[in-house]
Amino acid sequence: MMFLSIERITGIFKDFRPKSISVPFPSEVTPGVQEASRRNRGSLQLRHLDAGSCNGCEMEIASMTSPIYDVERFGIKLEASPRHCDGLLVTGPVTRNMSGPLLKTYEAVPQPRVVVALGDCALDCGVFKGAYGVEGTLGDILPVDLEIPGCPPEPASIITALRGLVGR
Amino acid sequence: MHWTLLSRLSISTLQIVGIAVGSPLLLGLMRKIRCRIEGRVGPPIAQPLIEIRKLAKRERIRPEYSSWIFTVAPIVLVATTLILVAITPIFSTGSSWSADLFAVVFLLLIGSVSVALSALDTGTAFGGMGASRAMTVGALAEPALLVALLALSVPAGSSNITTILVRSLYNPEWLVTPERLLALAAFLIVIVAESGRLPVDNPTTHLELTMIHEAMILEYSGIDLALVKLGESMRLVFMLALFGNLFIPWGIATRPGPIYLVIGMLSTAAKVVGLGTLIATVEVGMAKLRLFRVPELMAGAFVLSVLAVVSSLVVR
Ligand code: SF4
Repeated sequence: MMFLSIERITGIFKDFRPKSISVPFPSEVTPGVQEASRRNRGSLQLRHLDAGSCNGCEMEIASMTSPIYDVERFGIKLEASPRHCDGLLVTGPVTRNMSGPLLKTYEAVPQPRVVVALGDCALDCGVFKGAYGVEGTLGDILPVDLEIPGCPPEPASIITALRGLVGR
Repeated sequence: MHWTLLSRLSISTLQIVGIAVGSPLLLGLMRKIRCRIEGRVGPPIAQPLIEIRKLAKRERIRPEYSSWIFTVAPIVLVATTLILVAITPIFSTGSSWSADLFAVVFLLLIGSVSVALSALDTGTAFGGMGASRAMTVGALAEPALLVALLALSVPAGSSNITTILVRSLYNPEWLVTPERLLALAAFLIVIVAESGRLPVDNPTTHLELTMIHEAMILEYSGIDLALVKLGESMRLVFMLALFGNLFIPWGIATRPGPIYLVIGMLSTAAKVVGLGTLIATVEVGMAKLRLFRVPELMAGAFVLSVLAVVSSLVVR
């Protein structure tokens, strides 16, 4: 009868308790983000696009979907097809090789679309500033609606910023 | 035991509304269960409904070189599923217009073929790959479903699903015969394959090498995508409801009257939620099968259903 002890049974259910930490809603949102959140109505699909990052930002994006941060609870999802999306989540400086694909992906997203710049590189080229393979910042090429600074930004701060876009 | 035309019509309408609203909620519930077992909070249960509502308002893009097939496919998918929901006994046997098992299987087939054709129509590499995979699985799953239902029709002596259901209600000893259990196993495998869930397909994957269903709908956007998502979830719930009602027939309304109808709705909802919970729970601990192993699974389902037919003919 050892394996039927009370602790064992309650232990199973303790394991199912969510381990996610709470992530705050952004304290202030720009009018553009507010408008997008009204449009998105509690659900946001983003296409992630690496325009030339060092993959540091990608690691943080990947951990965003882990049980600890659990970005899906706010209705935010990363999708495979830009056609299913509301916008782009771009990391890294825009390199010469990726500026074409970036524009094509942007055009594949149904209108109206949002562009999120993730990480210092997407904002101002960061450590890659002035490198010969870099064409420019994301802002030089596409209109940016939301900027998330950091090198790399923490998962919690990415989720906080994105929560403004979902409005939830 | 007399159904007026009005009561038949209202039951069909009720089934359509119930399944259309209930099926995204079931998907949300299954996602929630999965998330909870994984130790996360998970999105709210109404999230698929929220997504469909948002998609309906989004811009619709159609690929430049696609034909009318691409436009029509989501409508065909939803329409065939709605017909299925309207004519089969889901809440009440009174909804049956002529729910022949061949009609049910072929209507299901029309829906899946239209989606596969639309994927070919886009001309993208992924679309064609997804379509060929989906048809490979479908070509093996549909006969298994047909033969499994056939096995049930042998003791009832009719290929009408309502008749099968009503006769098995009055002969409960049929419910545990070997052919029924074999058909049950085959039917369950078909449901998992047709609705694109683990271990046949991973509904949340985005990896080129593993996508089956996702690959086919990559080009859809806006209201078209909303229709495809709604159609797929309705198909899943329809099959679960059919499965539940055929194998655990108690509860379904067999006579007119609102009280029976309410009991029928509640019991069908309970069966569907129970089956959905079971699938979601089992899925968490499962990995996707290698694509080349999927036909083996499907062939297994087919063998089970053939055995079911044979035993139903021999055992009597
Ligand atoms: S911001 Fe930092 S982590 Fe992100 S891509 Fe640039 S260098 Fe890498």
